Amino acid sequence: MLLRYVFFRVLMLIPVSISISVVIFAIVHLLPGDPVDNLLRVGSSPADRAALVAKYGLDQPLVVQYVRWVLAMFQGDFGEAIVLRRPVADLIRDNLPYSLRLGAAAFAFSSIVGIALGTVSATTRNAVVEQFVRGFILLGSTVPGFWLALLLILAFAVQLQWFPVSGAKGWDALVLPVLTIGFGGVALVARVTRVALMDARREDFVTLLHAKGLPANTILFRHLMPHAMLPVVTILALRIGWILGGAVTVEFVFGRPGLGSLLIRALGQRDYPVVQGCLLMLALAVMLGTLIGDVAQAAMDPRVREAKT
Amino acid sequence: MTVLSVRNLQVAFGAVAPLSGVSFDVAKGETLGIVGESGSGKSLTAMAVMGLLPLAGGRITAGSITFDGQELTTLTEKAYRRLRGGRIGLITQNPMTSLDPLQCIGPQVDAVAVLHLGMTAREARARTVEILGTLRIPDPATICDRYPHQMSGGMKQRIVIAMALAADPDVLVADEPTTALDVTVQAQIIRLLDDLVKSRDLALILITHDMSVVAQTCDRVVVMYAGRAVEQGPVGDIFDAPQHPYTQALIGCIPRGLDDGARLTGIAGTVPTVLNYPPGCPFHPRCDRAEEVCASIVPELEPNATGAVACHLPGVAP
Repeated sequence: MLLRYVFFRVLMLIPVSISISVVIFAIVHLLPGDPVDNLLRVGSSPADRAALVAKYGLDQPLVVQYVRWVLAMFQGDFGEAIVLRRPVADLIRDNLPYSLRLGAAAFAFSSIVGIALGTVSATTRNAVVEQFVRGFILLGSTVPGFWLALLLILAFAVQLQWFPVSGAKGWDALVLPVLTIGFGGVALVARVTRVALMDARREDFVTLLHAKGLPANTILFRHLMPHAMLPVVTILALRIGWILGGAVTVEFVFGRPGLGSLLIRALGQRDYPVVQGCLLMLALAVMLGTLIGDVAQAAMDPRVREAKT
Repeated sequence: MTVLSVRNLQVAFGAVAPLSGVSFDVAKGETLGIVGESGSGKSLTAMAVMGLLPLAGGRITAGSITFDGQELTTLTEKAYRRLRGGRIGLITQNPMTSLDPLQCIGPQVDAVAVLHLGMTAREARARTVEILGTLRIPDPATICDRYPHQMSGGMKQRIVIAMALAADPDVLVADEPTTALDVTVQAQIIRLLDDLVKSRDLALILITHDMSVVAQTCDRVVVMYAGRAVEQGPVGDIFDAPQHPYTQALIGCIPRGLDDGARLTGIAGTVPTVLNYPPGCPFHPRCDRAEEVCASIVPELEPNATGAVACHLPGVAP
């Protein structure tokens, strides 16, 4: 039953991928500005310009450019970066691991700490603890990442010198970026966990669980948590893509290499192939995240498994 | 032999007191009906007996509940847990929402025997299959691997009953067990409960608003109104010679066939909500027998020949 669900769910990715590729291609080509202008030396003739335009196929109709782009991608060729003058695939290969490492660490941090905090705040009878967690959730949901990043750098890198100010050398360089991204993530996950747990506790069947004489902890971990995790898993899955893309500003502030910094630089230079490649990677991450989320939902909830196939 | 007795039970949620005087006894092999309109405190009584009021934010402010000689109102939560599901089982109103939708049927029933009888998972499963069989559930072994949403309401209610029975309890509290079911299934479930009381020597507290269910199955009845027991007694006496005007009105609401030309009556007005219980007898604003005394003094539950009635002017309807 689950396999069937996964199969159909993967099948649905095909039209989604096509739409995404069209949109990415279109957006990039509708942007004002021209990379060729960046490449030409001062004093170049119109003929030089025409030769360069022809070299990158920019004189072809958009449809032809799109089809070429897609076909090349299937061969692992994401084109040649116009400004950086290297294959886009290489650029992505160099930068992606940094983003993945940061993303995975931030993801693990926000899920584990977020779920734990949310559970504590939903189950504690201690008003101080509850207020503290609620305050933290409010703060975490509202403080912007780039500002927090600057504060963390100021406190822990400049003043205390516990962690490097920037760069990506070694595991200690990962701590501050992970905290920055994770702070908002923890708050989000904690909030969803808290609300979902409190909702689950109001379900009818919980009365009967108590009536069976089950201890409160058994009810919490064996019955309430699986219910509360349904929305949490959805949120986390959406965050897989968001963290990879949302790390953009954070990577920039910390001067880390990664998909985000690559994208920002390429955008500034109108480097179409690089922008396309990066956006495609991020879109892929969101798609995969959603897929993982849906499959996890189906694995956890028998009603979902049966409803969609 | 009385296993469970409730004396002058009062329940409060903050400053509000939705239950202000309920007393009854129930013996093994006996079915006690608790009837009343919505909002009369029937379900709260069930929750109080199960010790589950704190879940809803309520607490017992006065009175006592004794089970098998043991006072329950002062019991620790840990000790209460051993009774719940172990010696006192609960059947809830809506089978559609009373099972965990993420778990198969089997484990949900097994848990009771594992918890209260100290069985291994395998022993508990064997017991579950056996109980499901006695509840006339077809193919019980496969049912164990099904999820709640794959079953009908009547089936689910049987599963709930199986959970309540799994540890061989002495008392079963059934809170409107048939309200959410369709009529043919209602009859099956009521018959099933009736059989269980006899075959297992259970004490059944059957909470319902359906007087015809009471007439069919109960040995004795408690009639509740606005958080108080207003009349109680053997089911025959209550139906043949009700003393309280509210009981008489309730019985007047039962359709009795078409040939005697009798008109079906309702009760004028509505049940007062817990926030505006009237002073004196809670029923006096709707009572055509009411006199001055009814509006000022709360009538006590006074024993009579076979039961008890809380009315200043009791008596068979003129």
